[in-house]
Amino acid sequence: MRELKFGQAVEDALAQAMALDERIIVFGEDSASYRRNLLVRFGTQRVMNTPISESALMGAAVSAAMAGLRPVLDLTLVDFIGVAMDGLLNHAAKIAAFSDGQWTVPMVVWAACGGGYGDGGQHEQSLWGWLAHIPGLTVLVPSTPADAGALMLAALEHDGPVIFLEHKLLADYWLDWMGGSSRPTVTFDVPSAGAKGPVPADWQPAVLGQARSRRGGSDLTMVSVGVGVHRAVEAANRLAETHGIEAEVIDLRSVAPLDRDAVCQSVAVTGRLLVVDEDYEGYGLSGELAAIALEQGLNFRYRRVCTKTTIPYARYLEAQTLPNVARIMKAALQLAVVN
Amino acid sequence: MSADLWRLYEQMLRSRLFEEAVAALWHQGLISGEMHLAIGEEGIAAGTVLQLREGDALALDHRGTPQMLMRGVDGVDLMQELLGLPEGLTGGMGGHMHLFSREHLAASSGIVGASGPAGVGFALAAQRLRPTSVVLAYFGEGAVNEGMLMESLNLAVIWRLPVLFICKDNNWSITTPSDEVFGGELVRRVEGFGLPVTQVDGADVLAVWRAAAEAIEQARAGRGPSFLHARCRHFEHHFLGYQLAKLADAPHTQLDVIVGVIKSLARRRGAGLLERVSALHYGQRILRGTRQESRAEQDDPLVRARQRLVSDALRLARLEEGVVTEIHDLMEEALAPLMDDHA
Repeated sequence: MRELKFGQAVEDALAQAMALDERIIVFGEDSASYRRNLLVRFGTQRVMNTPISESALMGAAVSAAMAGLRPVLDLTLVDFIGVAMDGLLNHAAKIAAFSDGQWTVPMVVWAACGGGYGDGGQHEQSLWGWLAHIPGLTVLVPSTPADAGALMLAALEHDGPVIFLEHKLLADYWLDWMGGSSRPTVTFDVPSAGAKGPVPADWQPAVLGQARSRRGGSDLTMVSVGVGVHRAVEAANRLAETHGIEAEVIDLRSVAPLDRDAVCQSVAVTGRLLVVDEDYEGYGLSGELAAIALEQGLNFRYRRVCTKTTIPYARYLEAQTLPNVARIMKAALQLAVVN
Repeated sequence: MSADLWRLYEQMLRSRLFEEAVAALWHQGLISGEMHLAIGEEGIAAGTVLQLREGDALALDHRGTPQMLMRGVDGVDLMQELLGLPEGLTGGMGGHMHLFSREHLAASSGIVGASGPAGVGFALAAQRLRPTSVVLAYFGEGAVNEGMLMESLNLAVIWRLPVLFICKDNNWSITTPSDEVFGGELVRRVEGFGLPVTQVDGADVLAVWRAAAEAIEQARAGRGPSFLHARCRHFEHHFLGYQLAKLADAPHTQLDVIVGVIKSLARRRGAGLLERVSALHYGQRILRGTRQESRAEQDDPLVRARQRLVSDALRLARLEEGVVTEIHDLMEEALAPLMDDHA
């Protein structure tokens, strides 16, 4: 089995699909510059630099997909989706319903997300809960190189609109591109198990909406996506060492569709649900997970560790704002000690 | 208000030395995240900001440090904000892309094009609440491909708003050559909205001043918006540590990038050989353009202004010494909390 870095895995799976399917094109601001490996293999007709025009790029991706292409909109940072929201909210998500299934919109919005490198509140958001709120959108958040490639392939094969989010602490080329790696004095809390790992020689698409258990345990259920999964596993390992508490850690991998069964089955056993979510706390994934477990009739205790405010620029403030191992352990202990 | 080249040069030099100090701190790892400097844009900032009066507003983009400094925001506060210190301008909440000073009616955004609508809104408020006040809205030419910016030009015209749109054109849309991503001509596009456009060499601070003076006077008199198109260079590229610049200038440090490209070029399946070669040439063209973005004297607004002042060598030396001392003292004060931590 070969090993690839997270970003390499995404690109490798995308290249595998592009080699077999001429309908796939990639376009975005500066795409040709930082997707240079795809550029030199697939040419300037399929890997395109664009103007800074997110709104029209999104809208055009929708109708290009309706008319037979499989566009990948390389959006750079997910924060910039704010400029492009109409195409996604009012069109991509709704065309299949409006046309009663005559049309599907097989497009992928490929964007970097997440914080942990001190870039401020307009460049470090997660937004997967906000996006998954809209019926008709698929939202994928891989946490390992193997999942990243398999989910990208699944996104490309899916007949509806997919938002594929790669965390900047996992896909290391983002920190390279934005200048971080040129400074040996600057460190980032990169989860090594997510940044590089074994991947298959030939990519197979993942099944959408299927969670994975990253750690076994029957005392407590932790649920997360992306970098949060690695923070949760680290916290769970420490809890086992220090308190003998064994937590299961579930990696959703896909925020929409959501693997309700995996979550509910685990919570039914543990009776305790702790959500670790780098996205905003209110009206999002963390509340949704509580709701589905309640709908299932489960009796359980609940805590969440999320981002509650606009993400501060200063790194020491940022570190307190994003979910971290200390906050996760504290919440887990609060859940565990009371029956 | 008449142009005082001594004052303009002094403010440009302050900004330059301030941002060079920022660059040094960033390279040392004391400033986090991306860093977009405006080194090369000082002529555009000085030639416009220094004409403002109380009650005027600034809508800034992700490169607004010079405007903040020149408008009178405290340099120590600003530097401490960039350092992410609690003593900073906004307590370390914003950083260099999100600089805000309510006292100076100055607001920034890291979203390309957002200074367009911000300028329109500030101007709408000015029109009703502070007649004879003006708004300066800054953005790069890449932003002129954003719908929100073009919609803003139209709004400003139909509402006859007191706003001057200032386009800092370095011919790079982020890191893509702008001529590749522009349909038609920028100036003609803007004129199509019914806006008067003045074109100016952004490295000539007096030319910027004269063009802005007329536009600002029109706006104060209620005769509506204008558009200033100023050419410039970014001597520090789009941001510090820019990977393509490293690839262009020091390819030996980027071997894994080069190996990746060669491997991809040779992979089975994909485009035909001719298309692949043409794509490689395209990539090389972008790299060459990146390398050529070097510091030519005629593109440097400070060098250009200094040439006109050098005949009075004594006064010039005194001025420069004063600014160097000011920035030195400012840095010492800004860094003091960090020294305390280490003590």
